[in-house]
Amino acid sequence: MSLWNKHQIFEKNSIILVIGVLIVISIGGLVEILPLYYLKSTIEKVEGMRPYSPLELAGRDIYVREGCYNCHSQMIRSLRDEVERYGHYSLAAESMYDRPFQWGSKRNGPDLARVGAKYSDDWHRQHLDNPRQMVPGSIMPAYPWLAKTELDTREVASSMKVQAFQGVPYTPEMIENAEKDLVTQATTDSPNADALTKRYPKAQVRKFSGGTGAVNEADALIAYLQMLGTLVDFKVYDGKANLR
Amino acid sequence: MSTPQHQEVDAHTGTATTGHEWDGIRELNTPLPKWWLYILYATIVWSFGYFIVYPSWPLLASHTPGVLGWTSRGAVTADLQSLQVQRAPMLSALDAASFTDIAKDEKLRGFAIAQGRAAFGDNCAPCHGSGGGGSPSFPNLNDDDWLWGATVEDIRQTIAYGVRSGHEQTRVGAPMPAFGQTGMLKPAEISQVSDHVRAMAGLPTEKGYDAALGEKLFSEQCSSCHGDTGKGNIELGAPNLTDKIWLFGSDKASIADGVNRGRGSIMPAWTGRLDDTTIKALAIYVHGLGGGK
Repeated sequence: MSLWNKHQIFEKNSIILVIGVLIVISIGGLVEILPLYYLKSTIEKVEGMRPYSPLELAGRDIYVREGCYNCHSQMIRSLRDEVERYGHYSLAAESMYDRPFQWGSKRNGPDLARVGAKYSDDWHRQHLDNPRQMVPGSIMPAYPWLAKTELDTREVASSMKVQAFQGVPYTPEMIENAEKDLVTQATTDSPNADALTKRYPKAQVRKFSGGTGAVNEADALIAYLQMLGTLVDFKVYDGKANLR
Repeated sequence: MSTPQHQEVDAHTGTATTGHEWDGIRELNTPLPKWWLYILYATIVWSFGYFIVYPSWPLLASHTPGVLGWTSRGAVTADLQSLQVQRAPMLSALDAASFTDIAKDEKLRGFAIAQGRAAFGDNCAPCHGSGGGGSPSFPNLNDDDWLWGATVEDIRQTIAYGVRSGHEQTRVGAPMPAFGQTGMLKPAEISQVSDHVRAMAGLPTEKGYDAALGEKLFSEQCSSCHGDTGKGNIELGAPNLTDKIWLFGSDKASIADGVNRGRGSIMPAWTGRLDDTTIKALAIYVHGLGGGK
């Protein structure tokens, strides 16, 4: 029996075949995925990244719930046209606290990686309420219930605990103050804003959906959208050291 | 490839079998087409060329860089630089020229407008409309009514630093107070002053409008920003109330809503997000939409 014929061992024993297939696939996985965990070059050294504030995290959950990632990417690729239109290409560091990441794979709508501070809160509120009002040819669905639905804040602290378990550096102090911080961030001129921005630098504090009343889902989603891509300080980012 | 030892030949097709047999059924040994196989081998050989030339294998501390030293981030940086070089003569001319000179130079003006139009499409059109037509609460840029000044320099400043944007050089003009919500005006007074605003614009007023009372309330509460005759004040971004252009609507309900809840729209600052030359080009484009002075 020549060596070539040894494959009959696999062909004739399904369990051995399954084990063989698993070994071959895991080699591919190990070579492609494992190095990302130990290579220091995977995540760039940047200034300014912090975990999401409770309000932003709640907004992110709504972003996921409504399936925004199905039509909007959050990944500016290192291609000339994308950098010209959307700004600096996305860095790995910018999604290091994203679990799961929201890179997306489809752009029915524009990329949102740097949409933060690009439009006013008013624009976002009206656009979520009825995209056609702002962009006549838009095919985006309307989300009018967001501004009318009070935000369920009961889960935010436990959600942060899960994130911390996954490696996001939420401190016990952050988790303890989660609900308070959430309300603070959605209150214009809140007296507790300083404590919040100490825990979450650069956090924007205001009633994002305008008006008054309890924190609603639009507040959370707009807070999330308005901070996207605004954290990393590109003035001190060393692009040359991070070529890859 | 394989040369099975059992050279059994299937009588029906004349093809050798693999020698496997299940319940009396035997499998034909049909080799892969030669062209397919050689392409597969060629791709394997090609991949070794790739390993040598491009970054590929992960190592313990880094990865094999490849002899070309190519990186996707380096490539896009070089791409953008070459674009910069390509545009540099026109861009630096645009940068150096004053607005008056640009207005005289047809070629430079055309370049600025093309640059401005492209930037407008992505950055400004979501609020101001793709033709600059605006929508309720987002100003129309085609008309000759300007909240913060109509010269190209005024427009440049508004684009660069925004309106109530939080930027230190932003246009601030105190936002219009919420006269109703803060109790400065009672509902009946809001009704009177709203009718008075309509009267100033030459629009019909409702029954029960007392011109003397409306004027008194207006001069007490509104005239410090909007002026005694309601012509507005560009320094404060206070709109002219006597013309036919209405940012939030000219019906009494919209006016009363503004008086009740206040107004204070925000425009983001674009400096930092867009470079100075693009902002200059945008100002020229917007100024050229029709309403600039």
